[in-house]
Amino acid sequence: MAKGSGFLFEGSEWSFETMSRTYEAIEAVALSDLGLEVYPNQIEIISSEQMLDAYASIGMPLLYQHWSFGKHFAREEQLYRKGYMGLAYELVINSNPCISYCMEENTMAMQALVMAHAAFGHNHFFKNNYLFRQWTDAEAILDYLSFAKGYLAKCEERHGIDAVEQILDAAHAIMDQGVFRYRRRPKTSLKEQMARESERQAYEQSIFNDLWRTLPRGPEDAEPGVGEQELAARKKKLNLPEESLLYFIEKNSPVLEPWEREILRIVRNVAQYFYPQKQTKVMNEGCATFVHHYIVDALYEKGQMTEGAMLEILHSHSGVVAQPGFDDRRFGGINPYALGFAMMEDIKRICEAPTDEDRTWFPNFAGCQDWRGVLKDAWANYRDESFVRQYLSPHLMRKFRMFALSDDAADDHYTVAAIHNERGYEKVREILADSYDIGVLEPRIEIADVDLRGDRRLCLEHTMRDGIPLAEEARDEVLKHVGRLWGYGVSLTGRDAETSEVRYETAVPEAERAA
Amino acid sequence: MSTFIDRRLNPKGKSLGNRQRFIRRAREQIKKVVDEAVKDRSVTDVDRGETVTIPTKGIGEPRFHESAKGGHRERILPGNREFAPGDKIKKPEGGGQGEGGKEASDQGEGEDAFSFVLSRDEFLDIFFDDLELPDLVKTTLKEVVAYKPRRAGYSVSGTPTNINVLRTMRNSFGRRLALKRPKSEEVIAVEQQIFDLEKKADLDSEEIGWLRELHKTVDELNRKRRAVPYIDPLDIRYNRFERQPLPNTKAVMFCLMDVSGSMGEREKDLAKRFFVLLHLFLQRRYDHIDVVFIRHTHTAQEVDEETFFHSRETGGTVVSTALTEMLKVIEARYPTREWNIYAAQASDGDNFSGDSQRCFDLLNGRIMKLCQYYAYVEILDEREAGIFQNAGSGTALWREYAKVAAAWDNFQIKRIARPGDIYPVFRELFAKQPSESRVALQRRR
Repeated sequence: MAKGSGFLFEGSEWSFETMSRTYEAIEAVALSDLGLEVYPNQIEIISSEQMLDAYASIGMPLLYQHWSFGKHFAREEQLYRKGYMGLAYELVINSNPCISYCMEENTMAMQALVMAHAAFGHNHFFKNNYLFRQWTDAEAILDYLSFAKGYLAKCEERHGIDAVEQILDAAHAIMDQGVFRYRRRPKTSLKEQMARESERQAYEQSIFNDLWRTLPRGPEDAEPGVGEQELAARKKKLNLPEESLLYFIEKNSPVLEPWEREILRIVRNVAQYFYPQKQTKVMNEGCATFVHHYIVDALYEKGQMTEGAMLEILHSHSGVVAQPGFDDRRFGGINPYALGFAMMEDIKRICEAPTDEDRTWFPNFAGCQDWRGVLKDAWANYRDESFVRQYLSPHLMRKFRMFALSDDAADDHYTVAAIHNERGYEKVREILADSYDIGVLEPRIEIADVDLRGDRRLCLEHTMRDGIPLAEEARDEVLKHVGRLWGYGVSLTGRDAETSEVRYETAVPEAERAA
Repeated sequence: MSTFIDRRLNPKGKSLGNRQRFIRRAREQIKKVVDEAVKDRSVTDVDRGETVTIPTKGIGEPRFHESAKGGHRERILPGNREFAPGDKIKKPEGGGQGEGGKEASDQGEGEDAFSFVLSRDEFLDIFFDDLELPDLVKTTLKEVVAYKPRRAGYSVSGTPTNINVLRTMRNSFGRRLALKRPKSEEVIAVEQQIFDLEKKADLDSEEIGWLRELHKTVDELNRKRRAVPYIDPLDIRYNRFERQPLPNTKAVMFCLMDVSGSMGEREKDLAKRFFVLLHLFLQRRYDHIDVVFIRHTHTAQEVDEETFFHSRETGGTVVSTALTEMLKVIEARYPTREWNIYAAQASDGDNFSGDSQRCFDLLNGRIMKLCQYYAYVEILDEREAGIFQNAGSGTALWREYAKVAAAWDNFQIKRIARPGDIYPVFRELFAKQPSESRVALQRRR
């Protein structure tokens, strides 16, 4: 019936047959028209409860168990049941094959939208963006997570839920400081790491000899006569300063058991896996939204989509890309979907029909007509911060009516620093780009020194950007967690980013470590 | 190429482990909330879930994040209408930076309370403090069921009072027909002929032969009648009766409590748990449950639940007054034909001297005959619990009650000091009854 009329589907009910027919039509547009490059797709239909499950464990299908996920689940379930929150229509996992979860409640029109959005938009971005290529391992992530889940379950069995929970709590507390931000990630793939872990275990078992336990232990710091030079050499060997707290503690903590180090490594790998996502929210969502919008439009043009379905899709689409003003009750910051989609549409416009202003701002691609190439280049080689810095046009700043607000703690007023006018464009763009910098999203905290000679105090340093301090309560809690992992005292020094002047100092003493 | 996979049928509750870990983690706080909630609930209403709100302290996930205050910051906002560069906007009073605060809460901090829904089972589990309640669905209450005889066809054995005449006669008639038992009319007719013939004075030889023939026939008929009796034991049928359990779906639960000054908040709280637990058990079994609250000092009276748990009374302690009051209520409102009677009594063991003997007489003589089950708990403080290890010793009331317990299987006594001690009181009430569970199940439907 649907075939006779040329429509892919009619009505709102979906079936696997219509889904698969629609998928093929979408795929045709995505690959031959847009020229996307994607991982093979695996589309899974799930119920709302399963969606809540996935929400709770940060979107990963098989994450290890921890009480905090249960807490999030409880909260989200409450919100959902009371109707305060709708669920996402889809969830997509950066893996190969690329897994997209579609909710069974979706109408067929929504399923079409979701497939175009996730299975092609996000999928293309995952496969091509340099951050994802560099930091994540789509091939092995699912295997690694399943290994991690099994490993932690085994640890719980062997060492008790409490012991594992303690390590996980502490590791989660410094998860954001557990990634390599600027360094390249180590060469070993996740698969190799799994293999290594089992080798390590096998080796330990093979050399295990209970007799060693009976030998008297030497004093803790047995190295005799550590001279100044040796110390400096040791510090250099420790590779300080170190930006990844988790990595350093995993390798150098004097008190952790091997299994505890492995847990830190697992948390670190999960954190590293999500690191690119944080930096590409605008681009990732923008790319997916642009792609679904283009594909659905193309299907409608070809007469494969009914008007009713098109209206439903447009309704949902405009809801997603709405940007309320700063004084609107619904305002919650700049909507990454709205900004990303608008910028990409704008790039297309500049390629096809540039104004004089566009020609002066974007001489390298204004009027080049090849918007597909320009967009694909942007998707592959930029992250949010650099993307905004490079591509945000005056046209768009006017459209969003952006203005910069400057806030100094000493003043009793805010100052409007710049607005969307000739003199303000540069400044607005710069401030917006800066706000997507990872250094702004998360405070920069490094390990500066370890007092090996004395009390083995771990010295952290917080580089304070623009004099903004850390929230104190959370800071002290986190330091306690670090102390637990390190086993000795931990101190944190806040230094001004420009003057290197010490702004505050805090410390936690050596924690009593349960045997 | 794409693959579609239908995951909807995958097992649910994947995050159950996470939830259990969460509840385990926040147990202290949740317990506090649950205890508070129970205070506000009535005994008959504990059996449901609850939305609990617990403070985030202890379940926070701290991360390093920037403070909402201090330093210099710049941000971009959309939707400018009237601002020009250099405009100054006054900060809101109280130093609250609305947006800054919001961002902080997105990172999981900054909220004072966390609320979520506790399921019924989780609620009860926490309420009873890991009591490890038995699987209530699988067990049924052991009870003395009332039976009523019901006609159920016929049987070949029974007592003479139950003989079914109609059925017996029908069998007899059929048998007589089949075996060709001569009817009495036939015999009479032949005998009449003989009589007529014998009346004649002169009989010719033909008539003599005929008479002889008739005599033979009568003898034959009588022989046959003797051989085939009118009613044979084989014919007899009795009405058969089956003992059918009465669908007794109503129960009344008596809560008896000493409310004299010696019963403090802790004791009342324990007593409440005890009553709630019995109510929960009964709820599984009966469609309709009445709860009667009787409190006593030196006098007893029936009160509503609010008064029962919360109002204070002063006076002495005479336990038997409560028992008398209970008997009075039973007689007035709860005939045992219709009601299953359960009783739960809580006290701290004090009693007016000499009254305990009277309690024994009341229980042994009258009450236990009426009750399905009677449970008594003596609430001790932790220190006393150590001293009174031996069930044989104790207060006068305890000793008398121990005598009742020895005489009646369905009378249970127990000393409790912690919520965990309560369940064993009812252990006897529950036993697997494979033969009856099916019946019970059918009745529940």
